[in-house]
This record gives sequence, structure tokens and C-alpha cells, in this order.
Amino acid sequence: MEKETGFVGKADEFLQMFKKGEEFTKELLRENEKLRYKIAQLEETLQRSGDEARTKLYEGRISLLEEELKSLKERFKKVEEENKDFASKYLEVEEENNNLANLYVASYQLHSTLDFSEVLRIVLEIIINLIGAEKFAVLLIDDKTNELIPVSSEGMSTSEAPKVKIGQGTIGTVAKEGESFFSDDLSGDAEFNPHEPIVCIPLKIKEHVIGVLSIYKLLMQKSGFTNVDYELFNLLAGHAATAIFSSRMYTQSERKLTTIQSFLDLLKEKPRK
Amino acid sequence: MPNILVVEDSPTMRQLISFAIKRIPSCRVIEATDGVDALKKLSSEKIDLILADINMPVMDGLKLVSLVRGNPAYKDIPVIIVTTEGAEEDRKRALSIGANAYLPKPIQTQELLKLVNTYLAG
Repeated sequence: MEKETGFVGKADEFLQMFKKGEEFTKELLRENEKLRYKIAQLEETLQRSGDEARTKLYEGRISLLEEELKSLKERFKKVEEENKDFASKYLEVEEENNNLANLYVASYQLHSTLDFSEVLRIVLEIIINLIGAEKFAVLLIDDKTNELIPVSSEGMSTSEAPKVKIGQGTIGTVAKEGESFFSDDLSGDAEFNPHEPIVCIPLKIKEHVIGVLSIYKLLMQKSGFTNVDYELFNLLAGHAATAIFSSRMYTQSERKLTTIQSFLDLLKEKPRK
Repeated sequence: MPNILVVEDSPTMRQLISFAIKRIPSCRVIEATDGVDALKKLSSEKIDLILADINMPVMDGLKLVSLVRGNPAYKDIPVIIVTTEGAEEDRKRALSIGANAYLPKPIQTQELLKLVNTYLAG
């Protein structure tokens, strides 16, 4: 009986111990659960803080890229403006180049011959084709009479052009003062008056006026003058004057030489008779 | 190498046009003083484009255009008229005869080169 009681007591004791063990295990499992939860929370926090750091980093990068984009846009705009500037400068240079070519050709042609009538023809060609005049005359000063005498014309007969005393009217004043005249109205619509040109240019060798170019009407497609036209007028004022003067002198001297030669030939022939 | 025939009685204009056209790379300029001279050049050279004045002695530019258009050997050559005649009826007349373009003088070099390039490309 005593043995039985002792056995039961030990069994209870063992049962108690087993229960305690069970509770302890349960406690351990709960603790484990809590720890796992905490670890998960910590991992989540860690991840979140990593995302935030990355976001901050990306934001920093975005703002840097935005700044870079802004600066690139500004540079692009600047380059675009420079490009436009270069394009317009290129056009200007191109136009200048064309104008210089016109002036070169005009000058080249004017000095290409010593034949007086040929020089006059070239002057007419330049005025028609490069300036765009339809009706005009070239008048040269006759030193004996001190008058401007028409020597060549286009769009009108040379006899229609006036003989003008130096200092008289628009043409005479231009010849006297050596300053070009440009009318305010270049249309040339008014009734033709040979004493009232729309443009009158003195033909000068240095300050010495040898004649004038008197324009009465421009070609219908020519409404006004450009910079190159004024350059051409300047060129005509100087180069045409030199070319006309030297060719006239050359032609006169040629004529004199022929006369003298004929005279000499005559003298040589006389002793034979 | 494209050959361009410049038909002009004025030596100044011939030189000016030639001077401008020579700026187009590998272009060769052949000059003629009037329509008859132009026809001679057409028979001896392969021409790719004609630039012709209207008012010329011996044979004018309009007669030249009509002869060029009437000849099967030359009918496809583009012709640009360069003239002092600025009236609309003159332009219409030239185009109706067969000219491809009409450029009144005084010529703007840029405009001339643009036209030449257009017809050489086409």
C-alpha cells in the first residue's frame, strides 16, 4: 500500500514536471513567435529605411539631372541663337561676295579696252544690266565750250538728251559740284524732261569732273536702289570716268599718230618725184 | 560635270553670269553671243541647262527657246530666261513658248544660283 502511494506520488510528480515542461515549451514557442515577429518588423523597418535612402538618392540624382537638362537646354538655346546669327552672317557675306563679284566684273570690263566707243558701250551695259536703268544718257564736258554734250544713251535717242552749261539746272550743278543727285521719287512716272533726271552721277577723275551720267527711268521691276547700286554708282563715278578719259585720249592720239604717219609718208615720197 | 550654256550678247553680263555659275562645283560654262551661236554650241556640246537673254542680235532668246523645244534632241533641256523685260506679259509669253523660268534683270546672284541648282537637280 505504501509502495503504491509512493508510486502514485512519483507519477504525479512526473506529471507535474511534464506539465511544467509543456508550459515551458509553449512559453518558448510563444517567445520564439514574438522574436520572429520582431525580426520581421526589424527587417521591414530596415527595408523601409533602405527605400527611403534610395529614394533620397534618386531624388538627388533627378534634381542633378534636371539641373543638367536645364543647363543643356540653355546651351542649346544659345547655340541655336548663335547658329541663327551665323546663318544670317553667312547670308550677309554671301551677298557681299555677290556684290563684290558684280563690282569686279564691272571694273574688269571698264578697263578691258582702250576703244572709246567700246568703253561707252560697256558703261551702258553696266547701267542697264547691273543698275537696272531703262532710260539714261552719258554726257561729257566739252572743254572748249564748257558744256555737257550727250555722247551715248539708252531708251532715248542721244539727240533727246540736253546740252547743258556747267552749273545750270540739276545736271549742270552735279557737273559743277561733283556731288551725286538722287530724286526722292525714283518711279520716273512724271512726264519726260531731259533736264530733270531721277539720278545724276558725276564722272570724276579725283576731283576733276569729266562728265555726268543722267538717269531718267529705271526698269519697271526696279523699285529702288540697294547698297550695291550705290557702290556701283561710286565705281562708275571713278572707274568709268578714268576708262572714258583714257580711251578718248588714246583714240585721239591714235588718230593724231595716223595723221602724222600719213604726213611723214607723204614727205618721204616727195623726193622720188 | 554639267554644262551650262549662257546666251548673252553683253560681254559684261556673260562674264557676270559665268562668274556666278562657276561657284557651283564642277559646273562648266559655255558662252554664246546670240541664238544662232547658241544653236551651234548645242550641236557640238552636250548641254544640261540654257540661260538666255531675250533681246539679242541675229536671233533673240524667244526664237531660240521655240527652236530648242521643237528639236527632239534638245527639247528636254531646261531654259531660264534672263532679261531686262520685266512685264508680266513678257514673262507669260516666254513661259508659254517653253521657257522653264523667267528671271528679270538686274539679277540677284542668289536667286540665279537657286534656279540653276533646281534645274540641274531636276
